[in-house]
Amino acid sequence: MPLFREPEGAAGVAIRATLKRDLVLMMRRRSEVLNPLVFFALVITLFPIGISPDPELLATIAPGLLWVAALLAALLSLDSLFRSDYDDGSLEQLLLSPQPLPALALAKVAVHWLLTGLPLALMAPLLGIMLSLPAGSYAVLALSLALGSASLSLIGAIGAALTVGLSRGGVLLSLLVLPLYIPVLIFGAGAVQAAILGEGVSAHLAILGALLAVALSLAPWAIAASLRISING
Amino acid sequence: MAFDSLSAFLAMGGHGAYVWSAWGLTGLLLVGVVVHARAERRALLRDLRRRTRREQRHGASGAAATPVLHQEGHARES
Amino acid sequence: MWAFIHKLGSPKWFYGISARLQPWFWVAATVLIVVGSAWGLAFAPADYQQGNSFRIIYVHVPAAFLAQSIFVSMAVAGFIFMVWKIKIADMAAAMMAPLGAAMTFVALFSGAVWGMPTWGTWWMWDARLTSMLILLFLYFGVIALRGAFSSRDSASRAASVLAMVGVINIPIIKYSVDWWYTLHQPATFSVTSRPAMPVEMWAPLLIMVLGFYCFFIALTLMRIRSEILRRESSKRWVRELAGGVS
Repeated sequence: MPLFREPEGAAGVAIRATLKRDLVLMMRRRSEVLNPLVFFALVITLFPIGISPDPELLATIAPGLLWVAALLAALLSLDSLFRSDYDDGSLEQLLLSPQPLPALALAKVAVHWLLTGLPLALMAPLLGIMLSLPAGSYAVLALSLALGSASLSLIGAIGAALTVGLSRGGVLLSLLVLPLYIPVLIFGAGAVQAAILGEGVSAHLAILGALLAVALSLAPWAIAASLRISING
Repeated sequence: MAFDSLSAFLAMGGHGAYVWSAWGLTGLLLVGVVVHARAERRALLRDLRRRTRREQRHGASGAAATPVLHQEGHARES
Repeated sequence: MWAFIHKLGSPKWFYGISARLQPWFWVAATVLIVVGSAWGLAFAPADYQQGNSFRIIYVHVPAAFLAQSIFVSMAVAGFIFMVWKIKIADMAAAMMAPLGAAMTFVALFSGAVWGMPTWGTWWMWDARLTSMLILLFLYFGVIALRGAFSSRDSASRAASVLAMVGVINIPIIKYSVDWWYTLHQPATFSVTSRPAMPVEMWAPLLIMVLGFYCFFIALTLMRIRSEILRRESSKRWVRELAGGVS
């Protein structure tokens, strides 16, 4: 007869608690939330300066530029996903919790997406204007980025979890994660380009959705395993 | 034989530079990888022999105190 | 069956049995590669369209096959290590990674060099080369991650996780890049549309592929044996081995 019985729905309580805690923490560190957005805008600014301000040229490369810049901005924000929790020991506490680690990790990634990927997706149309992105593709731009950045957060979290305990994990994180980002980039930018050409975007968005589904079903386990490796190392 | 002479073989119908650079790099890497693996093994055995001799000189207590060979360094070895 | 798997977990047993297997694979590799090279370079007919630059296929394709197979093997070995804690599996994964990266580089280099007489350019963002390039980065990632941990156990487990994540992504990446390339493909040229190869052309290719695989096995066995000596250096059987004949 167990001395102590888990209250029902304990996992749900733990997940909600993690969500709330992470949201509150990130809202307190507002600069961390704004950094990726500022980076996004700065990178987009660099391209016309570095290439050419010709609107027609910019219009042709705008989908790819917007997607790559957003992707890099998301990558930049990954390092801090687990780092502060690792530094102050709360990550270790999370590992000791009886609640399923994959679920808690998913909660953390969800917050990360809400405060990084989603804002990037919403800001992208504004930057699209600056790059003379043709009309009719703005909604697809935001939608593809919203959908794609969720996958990026999940995949990136695996890399972040693997490198959180390493002293110079930042550079290594990019190397690990960017090759895995490429399929999302291909279909995300492809969706925007299809919208510009007036072709159907549903196939691209469907594939982005499928990639997200795969990421949602597999990544939490990989993140949990990676966190255990980093803490025990 | 697809070629009439050695010089024709080396020239590869004008594509000699491409064919031989590709094959050359491949051969170089295959040989290099083997050479590296053999040197790795030789160095390891040399190291082990040296440590065994040292322990035999210092007696059984030396063996217990000696750390495991290159544990740190070879976490990086790949 | 379980006794075999249990024995497989014993480095000492593996060391012994690999000593007997190794020479066969070296012999097979040498014979196959020499025969295949001679046949492919000197006896196979030149290609109708590409002339003699076509002979690059005899190193490009085996290297590309190996590059992909080794990554898959690495992931499988990593899986075996994570699930059953068999140390040999981890040693194998660690030792095969550099060869895999080297083969990927060979495939890229030979593919690019082949591209000059074929397309008139040193580099072409076609589906195959682009996928190979991404694979090279995946290899670098696994090798770098393993080297970044100071604890061997953490390094092994991290590399295993990354290899498994990578191997799941490889078909996704290939499919995505294929799709991307067909969409952006310059007008008419298509590498894949060629008539079936006559046997005088694909026979040496098959021999080279087999030769490369035997080479991979022979080399990996050799390196695993060194790694066993390294990791088990405190054990008596290793000391006796080193103290006596090499």
